[in-house]
Amino acid sequence: LALTLSSCSFTSNRRTQTRVYIKGKNCEDQCVLQHSNRICVITLAESHPILQNGNTIKSINYQISAGCSRLQNKVSGKSKRGGQFLTELAPLCRITCTEGVEYTIYSCIRGRLLEVNEGILERPELLLEKPSTEGYIAVILPKLEESKTVTNGLLSREEYENILSKRTSSTQQGPKTEPEPC
Amino acid sequence: MMLPLKENDRPIVKKLLEAGCCARCVLRFCFLEVQSAYRQPYEDTAKELLAFINDEETNVTKDSAVQDQLTKDPPSKKIKLDTAKTDVQAEGDSALVPTVTEEGGARLVKSDVCVVCLGVLQEFCDEAYATKISEVVKAENYQFDTMVLSVSLPAQLSVREHSCWLHVKKEVRKKSMLLDKDDVIKVKDAFKWIMQGLVSKELGGVSVVTKINRQTEQFEVGVGFTHPETDSDCHFLAGACSDCFSPTKNKANVFTRMAVAKAIGKVSDEKFLKKFPCPPTRPASKCVAQDVQCLHVSVFVAGRYNKFSRTLPQTPWVIDGERRMESSVEELIAAPLLSSFRAKGFNFSSSGREDVDVRTLGNGRPFALELLNPHRARFNKAEIRQLQETINQSSDKIRVRDLQIVSRDAMGHMKEGEEDKTKSYSALIWTQKAIDKDDITFLEETKELKLAQKTPLRVLHRRPLTVRERVIHTMSTRFLDAHHFHLVLRTQAGTYIKEFVHGDFGRTKPNLCDLLKTDTDILELDVESVDVDWPPPVPE
Repeated sequence: LALTLSSCSFTSNRRTQTRVYIKGKNCEDQCVLQHSNRICVITLAESHPILQNGNTIKSINYQISAGCSRLQNKVSGKSKRGGQFLTELAPLCRITCTEGVEYTIYSCIRGRLLEVNEGILERPELLLEKPSTEGYIAVILPKLEESKTVTNGLLSREEYENILSKRTSSTQQGPKTEPEPC
Repeated sequence: MMLPLKENDRPIVKKLLEAGCCARCVLRFCFLEVQSAYRQPYEDTAKELLAFINDEETNVTKDSAVQDQLTKDPPSKKIKLDTAKTDVQAEGDSALVPTVTEEGGARLVKSDVCVVCLGVLQEFCDEAYATKISEVVKAENYQFDTMVLSVSLPAQLSVREHSCWLHVKKEVRKKSMLLDKDDVIKVKDAFKWIMQGLVSKELGGVSVVTKINRQTEQFEVGVGFTHPETDSDCHFLAGACSDCFSPTKNKANVFTRMAVAKAIGKVSDEKFLKKFPCPPTRPASKCVAQDVQCLHVSVFVAGRYNKFSRTLPQTPWVIDGERRMESSVEELIAAPLLSSFRAKGFNFSSSGREDVDVRTLGNGRPFALELLNPHRARFNKAEIRQLQETINQSSDKIRVRDLQIVSRDAMGHMKEGEEDKTKSYSALIWTQKAIDKDDITFLEETKELKLAQKTPLRVLHRRPLTVRERVIHTMSTRFLDAHHFHLVLRTQAGTYIKEFVHGDFGRTKPNLCDLLKTDTDILELDVESVDVDWPPPVPE
């Protein structure tokens, strides 16, 4: 059966989705997947350090400050009242790998936090095995009037791949050249 | 006719005529229930009242104001009275009423518009108006058995009525301690006593009745009157009785008839008299008649539909004012019905619905279509069968069966089905890892599989975030090739099938990916049956 298909669930009901990338410092890149109904899913990008080199995850913490835990986020009703409003640099969670490095995962977009993935608290390996689907970090609902602009300035797949290739080529050139800053 | 008025009615009649009440309103405040008294020509009633007043032995009144009120024809009427009868044809002063002109200046204008009914029982209770009403009804060409005539009056009428009541309350109590404001004949009743017969006659004897209950009377003709000049009569009530009026609505709508009537009931007589003139002031103009509105009760047509297209939405798909997809199930079904029933619009509802890209096979999905204001409502079985045929011929994307007219309560049956009946589906599944026949047989043994489904991301923008527990009762499979198989499922109503298959980021648990230990996706989905046994099947 010659059927074309993407394994991304969003396409199976004929709606379109767009995937954009955010370049982070030290290669801590993230990804935003936006559905045509404007809902966004925040995930790690494949180049993120957490996903490299056979890391294991020591802990995932949604308590981002003394007074704020993303786990306490509760939305109600169709208009999702009560969800914490996030800006681009708002932290979603902090992830510590076994060598002790702690990474902060950011919202990357403006919008109302609908849910964080509690599945990865129970099974952190999900984050490593399926970072783009079951290992997602959070679901965010942008404001209606910002739904088209919320991904402005973020990188397309092509732009992201360009950056990735610049990074590897600079490391391949050897110690003489300054590595491309992440 | 001889009006059955008594001695103790005389002070009431005199006071009201002096105040500027029309002859028919005077009858109302005399508690006269004899309908024929209202039906007789206005001038006859007027003359009789005049004679009744003049009849007083001790007090022959030549009160010119009273004479004028009675003998003057209702404004703008061109009645040719027999000169032999009209020895009291009055020229004299009618009441001079101050009024503000369009330019903003004030001047005095002759007026004999009734201070209570504002002309409703004077001007609009005759054959001429009955003709106007029936012309509209005839032009609209409705099919009906009986007709209800309903009338809507400006809210300030109840304020003026109350003022007149207070004006003669003492005299009424002298007449009888048992009489109260509720015993005064209502303007609406007097209007209907006169007009029902006249309209019926103009329509060739059609039965014109008062509404008792919704079931029997299906066709309603509404007449309405407004009187902008006195709209402000109600405003003082907002201050006197603020809890009767809803503050949230805009000013124009605050003074509803219900709210005004309630406020009048609450306000004390002293308070009322402080704020509103008693008797009421004379208006310069009469009421304005609004357009006659005809309304037939909705007719409900039910049936079951099949959808054979994967590019047809159930309801019109419009985003930002632009239509995204041509036509829709509801429009295809409604079009021939709208034209045969000559209806103005419709409301479509169904027992659940399917996505654009999902077909509805088998017996189809129950639906009900409410046809709004149909000009034709009665169809026999053969005609309905013909309508069904017309719908089916119009497009190969849908098919309709069991089409029938049902009652409004029937809608409840259909929505019941949405919650607790089962549905069955067939899906074309893709698997990432290669499979063979034996890998999927276990699904056939899986019964009553309980799912926890978070609101799917694809509908999360318009549904609350929650977890739904749903059950997949049974499944069966048909192997196709290493990456494809057919899955048939019977599930509880409200189960999201697509999300069960691909897992929706793991937010539906368990899902087919978990069960088969591979990424899976759904390539095609069909509804095979909607297990609701309504509407009753119609034998072909």
